[in-house]
Amino acid sequence: MSIGLGHYLSVAAILFTLGILGIFLNRKNVIVILMSIELILLAVNINLVAFSTFMNDIVGQVFALLVLTVAAAEAAIGLAVLVVYFRNRGSIAVEDINLMKG
Amino acid sequence: MNDMTFEMAGYSLLPILPELVLAAGAMVLLMLGAFRGPQATGLVTTLAVVLLIVTGGLIVTLPAGKLVTFGGSFIVDDFARFLKILALIGSGVTLILSTEFLADQSRRIFEYAILVILSTVGMMILISAGDLIMLYLGLELMSLALYVVAASHRDNAKSTEAGLKYFVLGALSSGMLLYGASLIYGFTGTVNFAGIAAVAKGGNIGLVFGLVFLLAGLCFKVSAVPFHMWTPDVYEGAPTPVTAFFASAPKVAAIAVFTRVALTAFPSVAAQWQQIVVFVAIASMVLGSFAAIGQSNIKRLMAYSSIGHMGFALVGLAAGTVEGVQGVLVYIAIYVAMTLGTFAVILTMKRNGQPAETVADFAGLSRTNPMLAFIFAMLLFSLAGIPPLAGFFAKFYVFVAAIKAGLFTLAVVGVLASVVGTYYYLMIIKLMYFDEPKGAVDPMRIELRAVLAVSGLLVILFFVYPGPLVSAATTAAKSLF
Repeated sequence: MSIGLGHYLSVAAILFTLGILGIFLNRKNVIVILMSIELILLAVNINLVAFSTFMNDIVGQVFALLVLTVAAAEAAIGLAVLVVYFRNRGSIAVEDINLMKG
Repeated sequence: MNDMTFEMAGYSLLPILPELVLAAGAMVLLMLGAFRGPQATGLVTTLAVVLLIVTGGLIVTLPAGKLVTFGGSFIVDDFARFLKILALIGSGVTLILSTEFLADQSRRIFEYAILVILSTVGMMILISAGDLIMLYLGLELMSLALYVVAASHRDNAKSTEAGLKYFVLGALSSGMLLYGASLIYGFTGTVNFAGIAAVAKGGNIGLVFGLVFLLAGLCFKVSAVPFHMWTPDVYEGAPTPVTAFFASAPKVAAIAVFTRVALTAFPSVAAQWQQIVVFVAIASMVLGSFAAIGQSNIKRLMAYSSIGHMGFALVGLAAGTVEGVQGVLVYIAIYVAMTLGTFAVILTMKRNGQPAETVADFAGLSRTNPMLAFIFAMLLFSLAGIPPLAGFFAKFYVFVAAIKAGLFTLAVVGVLASVVGTYYYLMIIKLMYFDEPKGAVDPMRIELRAVLAVSGLLVILFFVYPGPLVSAATTAAKSLF
């Protein structure tokens, strides 16, 4: 069995779903949410590179590289915000993020 | 300016000059702040406002017509010019409103103004985006700065919580938008909006799937239902000047890119996105009206108010015609004017230096501060859409466009939601004029007075001379078709 575009897209779709579920089902730790976000972005990158290869079009790979770069910046900012939050509250448990409800 | 010599790798840099100046200016201000330390906060903020004004001047002086560079990735047309000016006004006024917040000894953060500037660069790129890559980069540049600004009151638990919530949900929405973008790229073979429009004929299921994800991400940025959950929490938790910022400039950019993507990249699948936009508009208008009724915190109330207003603006987009886009542009311009004025009032509501943020704090304001209460009442009437104030005309244009496009249900639901929404605006006016005073508020700062005066005049006297705004919006809307 040869591996085609459909297989790559399936893996990406599964990773994407896992990432979304990781954000919504996670009740413990904000770090896990950050990991889930990375998972979503990696799923997108698999999509982009797979499409790019199968269409012989370089734009998808350029897009993937830019996504990687932005993901790094996003993780840095996420961790920075998390650190300031931890200094104020002394906890990063998801159920403790409840000063405002709505 | 010489168009021929001002280029990089064969691409003209002239169309992107305002963004380059703004970004380079932000770097210069960052160096200034880094070397002079916290005492340079006031200077950096003032220079940032000057920088925004200079950028606005550059946008106005760019050659007329449609300028395109980077192989169609970056488009400057009248639509982009109109919205960029609006976004710059939103950011500039926000910085002016932030003076008091930044003057406090405990938090003299010069980075604040720089982050606002960088976020504005992101907005301008977003407004001019001509392909999916530019859209994503602009969106992230805007959002990453906004996450930090939301948490800028570092020692405040609520502010940092707002930043954290905004970050998590914002990153999730960027992920969805990006997944949609990757599918659209895969099923059309291009990231360019014009290219997508040329290839996308009929409803390819993969393309529609990608479109849904892309619109979900954009709905999050305009805080439209069902992707609005972050809005009330972030608006309440963030420092009030930051809330004013969130309610104005980023909304302009988000509505701009929403409109451009829908109309220039997906005109051939209009039937599909129109359903989504109609649903989102109805849900936002209804939720914005009903959920605001029970709120006791004025910033939270304004959050639901802004959700409702984004619903009204999307009514014009749902029409999908030149008139509809014109309605969207008029709406968003008037919305920015009303919102900034309202936040100038909220910022001035302090008793003995303590912010008075509940709705009940407005009781009897007409007896202690008659002028303030009068202008605030006018702004609230305008937000509710009572003629002859500006807010009425904003709603009028979008509803007329919707009716002409045959979207009767949407228009009827919109008008009904607007009636329900009037209740909570009137409730505040009733509190101000008929309830017992709670004591005088602190004297109003000069910059807040100025912002409130300009916004109040625009809102009250718009009907006398609506020509310039409406004709500018018409020119801008036509440039998109």
